[in-house]
Amino acid sequence: MTQSINNQADAVTVSEAPSQPHPLVEFWQYFRANRGALAGLIVIVAIVSAAFLADVIASHHPHEQYRDALLVPPMWYEGGSSRFVLGTDDLGRDIFSRIVHGAQVSISTGSLVVTLSLALGIALGLIAGYFRGILEVAIMRFMDIMLALPSLLLAIVIVAILGPSLINAAMAVVVVSLPHYVRLTRAAVLTEAHKDYVTASRVSGAGTLRLMLITILPNCMAPLIVQATLGFSTAVLDLAALGFLGMGAQPPTPEWGTMLANALQFIQRAPWVVTLPGLAILITVLAFNLMGDGLRDALDPKLKR
Amino acid sequence: MIGFLLRRLALVVPTFIGITLLTFALVRLIPGDPIEMMAGERGIEPERHAELRAEMGLDDPLLIQYFSYIGDVLSGDLGKSVVTKTSVLDEFLSLFPATVELALCALFFAIVVGLPLGILAAVRRGSILDYSTMAVSLTGYSMPIFWWALLLILTFSVTLGWTPVSGRISVMFDVDAVTGFMLIDTLLAGEEGAFKSAASHLVLPAIALGTIPMAVVARMTRSSMLEVLSEDYIRTARAKGLSPFRVTNVHALRNALIPVVTVIGLAVGILFAGAILTETMFSWPGVGKWLVEAVRRRDYPTLQGGVLLVATVVIVVNVTVDLLYGLINPRIRHQK
Repeated sequence: MTQSINNQADAVTVSEAPSQPHPLVEFWQYFRANRGALAGLIVIVAIVSAAFLADVIASHHPHEQYRDALLVPPMWYEGGSSRFVLGTDDLGRDIFSRIVHGAQVSISTGSLVVTLSLALGIALGLIAGYFRGILEVAIMRFMDIMLALPSLLLAIVIVAILGPSLINAAMAVVVVSLPHYVRLTRAAVLTEAHKDYVTASRVSGAGTLRLMLITILPNCMAPLIVQATLGFSTAVLDLAALGFLGMGAQPPTPEWGTMLANALQFIQRAPWVVTLPGLAILITVLAFNLMGDGLRDALDPKLKR
Repeated sequence: MIGFLLRRLALVVPTFIGITLLTFALVRLIPGDPIEMMAGERGIEPERHAELRAEMGLDDPLLIQYFSYIGDVLSGDLGKSVVTKTSVLDEFLSLFPATVELALCALFFAIVVGLPLGILAAVRRGSILDYSTMAVSLTGYSMPIFWWALLLILTFSVTLGWTPVSGRISVMFDVDAVTGFMLIDTLLAGEEGAFKSAASHLVLPAIALGTIPMAVVARMTRSSMLEVLSEDYIRTARAKGLSPFRVTNVHALRNALIPVVTVIGLAVGILFAGAILTETMFSWPGVGKWLVEAVRRRDYPTLQGGVLLVATVVIVVNVTVDLLYGLINPRIRHQK
């Protein structure tokens, strides 16, 4: 069990042998060897810093309308200027500034979605996997029902109930992504719960909560970390899709999907209004998928030699 | 096999009941009074309002309301659209073939492109071909469909003018709906021009919708092939002098296909979620666009019935895939 990254404290005391590298060091070696994952990480760091520094980086306010500069093309096109690096939209708003602020929207709602669905999913999965019985049946049946609906349709239904807004769309995506976390946690708990170290812990008098949260959970984290990373990309995609359908962030919020939807009618005259926000979505989602793949390879003991 | 079949079918019942509970709750959770919503802008007198409430059973206890809802559902009555006043089931049945046709063509694209890409990448592991295939696949997997659809329209319809922008067929043609599948109906009608028109309307939406499943199939085929190619019997097949083509496509592919088939079966949900966006982008008259419009028009009976029907279709397809899988792979059906 020295491979699992989260019981590092135990691992270090157990394996004082010089040949065994620290689990985090070993993990980093695997992760670094994957060039795609590294590229993903770099892009994510760039996007997250852009989100944090949006007010500094953005050259204009995202809502500021320049009436004298409607649908100005990006600077490398004819007629573009360095005043608006990526051009302006139909209301004369600077696209670069809106995309940078859009990163803020996507990263913050994405983090909210992943944190909430991870927390709820772990709680339900632990309960199902640890207590078994009727609780498990009830929880897993409920997850099956949610999985029987196509994710976007379920999200649309939830938004129809709650009303369209960014925060309601985020709640909808939390609900939609819940089954994956619950299933993963439960499966991991089921395999861990009967191992010797758990029995040992129980025999030495550990209580139920301690067994669940401190003994078992850290050893189930590897697949959950991978799922959370991939879940971030799904969250960004789903939020953009809902925004695009008019069921997520409402204008003038600079959310990428919403920006795209509002620009549709100008697609022929000013394609950049449509292509650039979409490119931002693609790059963000791609980066998280790349990193998720790298994490899976680095954390999955089955693939290790 | 019969035991496996019965076990699998028994699991469907609680799921279906859960779905009906969900759709039943859906309409009651939406804020606003259903009768006032139906009356719309004109408003309604209090007496008529009370009368209608009693008539629609809205004064009954929830449990009674639920059972009468189940009764209606089982007898095929899913209510009427508030907007068009037609039966939800009829509307669904008239739109469903369009969605199925689109989804099948998307799946066809996914398999025809994804499978060979995955095989090539596995056989030439570590080559530039492998890396570029995986790059394409990962990009496809990360693609926001609505944006991808826009790029396709912008390039092939607007700039190059090769394909129409939206719809299923040119208004010039009037084809009898025999099967509901435009490609087959136009062939049955024997009009070559109509068939070409239907096909050209179908190409872009099918590619847009098929891109994510294509990426999934390519990745799955590659990893599954890599696993199989390292098996002993592959070495044996090579050692006895079989051609590389035969080893790859007969010995390895057959065994590598099992997980790929499962992935394809599970793609139904992905396809449907994608169809919502693709149909909206291409004004494709299918179930996905219909549901989005139902939400926009606050046509809740349509949304309720539509969600129930879509969930039913997904459940039926998933069970069928499971059963077929049990048929292909005997190890599955003997598990507890």
